[in-house]
Amino acid sequence: MSLSESMNIEQLIQEFEDLGDWDDQCDYLIDLGRELPKLPDHAKTEEHRVRGCQSNVWLVSEVKAGSPPRLEFIANSDAIIVNGLIAVVTILYSGRTPQEILEIDPRQVFARLGLERHLSSQRRNGLFGMVERIRHLANEAAANSTAK
Amino acid sequence: MNGQPPMDQNIKPGTFDPGQLDVERIRREFPILHRPLPKGLPLVFLDSAASAQKPHSVIDREREVYENFYANAYRGVYQFGARVDEELEGTRARVQQLIGAEEPDEVIFTSGTTMSINLVATAWGRRFLKTGDEILLNPMEHHANLVPWQRVAGDCGAACRYLPLTADGRLDLSRWDEYFSPRTRMVAVTGMSNVLGTINPIREIAQRAHAGGAVLLLDGAQSIPHSPTNVREWNVDFLAFSGHKIYGPSGVGVLYGRRDLLEAMDPFLGGGHMIDRVTLEGSTWAQPPAKFEAGTLPIAQAIALGTAIDFVQGIGFDAIERHEQLLLRYAHAELSKIRGLRIHGPSPEHKGGIVSFTIQDAHPEDLAQLMDRRGVFVRHGHHCTMPLHEWLGVSATVRASFGIYNTPAEVDSLVSAIQFARQKLRLPE
Repeated sequence: MSLSESMNIEQLIQEFEDLGDWDDQCDYLIDLGRELPKLPDHAKTEEHRVRGCQSNVWLVSEVKAGSPPRLEFIANSDAIIVNGLIAVVTILYSGRTPQEILEIDPRQVFARLGLERHLSSQRRNGLFGMVERIRHLANEAAANSTAK
Repeated sequence: MNGQPPMDQNIKPGTFDPGQLDVERIRREFPILHRPLPKGLPLVFLDSAASAQKPHSVIDREREVYENFYANAYRGVYQFGARVDEELEGTRARVQQLIGAEEPDEVIFTSGTTMSINLVATAWGRRFLKTGDEILLNPMEHHANLVPWQRVAGDCGAACRYLPLTADGRLDLSRWDEYFSPRTRMVAVTGMSNVLGTINPIREIAQRAHAGGAVLLLDGAQSIPHSPTNVREWNVDFLAFSGHKIYGPSGVGVLYGRRDLLEAMDPFLGGGHMIDRVTLEGSTWAQPPAKFEAGTLPIAQAIALGTAIDFVQGIGFDAIERHEQLLLRYAHAELSKIRGLRIHGPSPEHKGGIVSFTIQDAHPEDLAQLMDRRGVFVRHGHHCTMPLHEWLGVSATVRASFGIYNTPAEVDSLVSAIQFARQKLRLPE
């Protein structure tokens, strides 16, 4: 199990607080990014590409059947620090129900992590591009489960 | 290029004479270079190709306009209005002299290179391009010198053709006749690639274009700050450049156009100042440059552009070229020693002060972000040249670009920042 799979968002926020310094937090993002589960190359399609990211980001979701269903996300970038940010996003969203996903206020979480302060506006756009895709997929999953 | 210095792979900082250019004295003119970054790191600014820093004189000049005599231009007869007109004409005359234009009225103020090229593509292109006509471009052009032509070609039924590059990233003029046809009406080319650094032989290209009856537009955004330009000697019909890359303010740029072409073209934007007479039935146009200067100009910026030109000419292009070539050669020599690093573009004798590179197994975005932590500011991405990156076979590059204020010690900082990034990314030693 990778670092990001064994952690919840509160633990991550604590880790960021303990590190304190952006340089160390950035090194930690690199570690998270290096350990990110890999997306198979065949999944890196235009359909799965997230818009708004400077580097390429592909994101896929898997719906774990149940009532309500839960969503798992796997995403990869060709840039390592972006992979670290992907780890943050998956820690925040993976394993949750559509309802839970839609209730999360990502801005608040990113602010607590200090990411709002340290990321360029292009990076922030990329981050919110991922969030937008995840919320879209959660909406889809919610619609499918009520339709059944 | 003047005064080619000898190639020396063993140049070390402090061991060479940077010509007449006293870089420490120049650095003192740029206040931003003396503000330490958080954690006390010195700033190593290697992104002048995107936008250059400003000397005191330019900053002070802009403030002086606002504090002492600001008013709209070409409108008021009152004292400030007259003073602003006079100062703007002063800049126009400096630009004329900088680029060797026949007369100041061939110099049009725009918002920058992008607007200048769009102006020509629209106001000249829509007037003169017909179905089946061709525009000759090439893959190293900045999007600002590609997209406006693709748009106007689409609207006029014309076609864009692309002169190929040599393997090392220069224009392959040996294939000119395959791409230049009797239908070629426009050749639009950069003076210096913003990624490869390649300096193009404009005089020769102008000669070839004119021999076939085409018009030549020179995108001077990158070349203007680094080497002399002479539109009359080179027979350039249109020249576009930006103020902010030549140590002047952002928001102001220049379009030079040969007078007869400017007269024959349609206006670009309609509005105030560009008219001769307006009635409810229709309008007639003012003479150039007013014909192309609709609306309020970037007044303080255009005035301070004149100060920037004075600043650059005070140093002199001989000294600038020599200094930047030495930095470039030193950077090439040092970067080439880094494992897995590949410099994209020709060897230093064919280029200006730009080094774009990739490192095996490292994403440019990661490199640039990690180098920022060492206070080394470089650009990453496709640098508004997606077709060129397609040609290079990489999605992005890291670019270090040099200006008059950079030093050999900053090349050393660049190298150690790259090593720092490699280490953080756990690349092999």
